[in-house]
Amino acid sequence: MLRTLAAVVRRDLLLAFRQRADVANTLLFFVVVVTMVPLGVGAEPNLLRSIAPGVVWVAALLAAILSLNRLFAADFADGTLEQMLISAEPLPLIVLGKTAAHWLVTGVPVTAIAVVLGIMFDLGVGETATLMASLALGTPVLSLIGAVGAALTLGLRGGGVLVSLLVLPLYVPVLILGAGSVEAVAAGLGGGPYLLLLGALALFAIVLTPWAVSAALRISVE
Amino acid sequence: MQTNVLAAGGGWWKYAAPNLFYPLAGKMIPWFAAAATALCALGLYIGFFVAPTDATQGESYRIIFIHVPSAWMSMFLYVVMAFWAAVGLALNTRLSSMMATAIAPTGAIMTFIALWSGALWGRPTWGTYWVWDARLTSELILLFLYLGFMALQAAIDDPRRADKAGAVLAIVGVVNVPIIYFSVKWWNTLHQGASVSLSKAPTMAATMLTGMLVMALGFWMYSIAISLARVRAIILERERRSDWIKELAGNA
Repeated sequence: MLRTLAAVVRRDLLLAFRQRADVANTLLFFVVVVTMVPLGVGAEPNLLRSIAPGVVWVAALLAAILSLNRLFAADFADGTLEQMLISAEPLPLIVLGKTAAHWLVTGVPVTAIAVVLGIMFDLGVGETATLMASLALGTPVLSLIGAVGAALTLGLRGGGVLVSLLVLPLYVPVLILGAGSVEAVAAGLGGGPYLLLLGALALFAIVLTPWAVSAALRISVE
Repeated sequence: MQTNVLAAGGGWWKYAAPNLFYPLAGKMIPWFAAAATALCALGLYIGFFVAPTDATQGESYRIIFIHVPSAWMSMFLYVVMAFWAAVGLALNTRLSSMMATAIAPTGAIMTFIALWSGALWGRPTWGTYWVWDARLTSELILLFLYLGFMALQAAIDDPRRADKAGAVLAIVGVVNVPIIYFSVKWWNTLHQGASVSLSKAPTMAATMLTGMLVMALGFWMYSIAISLARVRAIILERERRSDWIKELAGNA
């Protein structure tokens, strides 16, 4: 079982590495969106400090959505996905491996670059650390829930817009808890409870979403 | 197993077949429509002529006779929709999935009415049409969930795939709705607490409560009637190539 998981993760990481530009574009998009905000609302440091968590989190949501079509679209187009569906290995496990790889190439870079954004938005050390912790816990949920949307809209016309319509409302708890954790630290309350809830959400999503994604894939490919 | 049940006949299971359900729904619609009209008329009469003026909110509180029933129905219908979608997915019964598809627009309308009437009530009471309060926000997100369900089904040409994909989305949504509700609640709360609760005595006059419950029943009956009418249209559209519809069209 673990060997299957590792093989799927390794394969998807290798594919992502061969198409480095795609991966870099998602990260670049994340940074560009965040950069646009001060240009729109003004460079007043107090204002930027107070909106930074929300801005970074919304940008992370959008970046996750935009990268979702990479999850299954290419495998669907060249028939690999069908092989995965009929393989003897459990499909939820394969799905978990693919989403893990997706998280490694989108969620992890986004989390890492957040330290720079924290400096740009003049966040304190505690706030920046919490922001990164919340992103580290929250981005797996984005990949997992997003995978459900990506699987449901596989091969549909207008899939990109549709998937954001389906998935964004489901991202609400992650957004609230993620941005809330940083705001709580900024208010001197400590972000612990928020991070614990985010971790609970991540575990919940890891256990349940692979099954939903598998069901959705079978529906979309059959 | 299911075919055995159907072959046994006589049971109400046979109405899972669209060609048998179509005339049954046709017979049921007038009854539910009549009940909806009567209950809404009675509820509005109680709400506008019998119920006393509220001590703090004046006359504007009377919008709750529309607002609360539509908000209840908006949440209830999502669960009903997800239930029929899940039944359709699990038992592969076409009619269940059609029912889920038929309920979605009514649920969306109820959500919209709840938001709109809430905005009209908020203006005189809170001094603003919209606040980013937990219940308002989660109701808005519920509207997005309905619209997402409808958009997904509209984007898929094959009706069976649309049914199943919609079912997976509705089930994921139903699991998420409580999480969304509580996360939004922690985020911000201004809305007055629930006035009606099963565990403690309601904090409103008995006539107000009666009016609201009668209206809620009326909305319920309306939802059933309109969903049945819509499911009949969906049956006609999907089964248009089958013989029984040709016979039906030939007789008419």
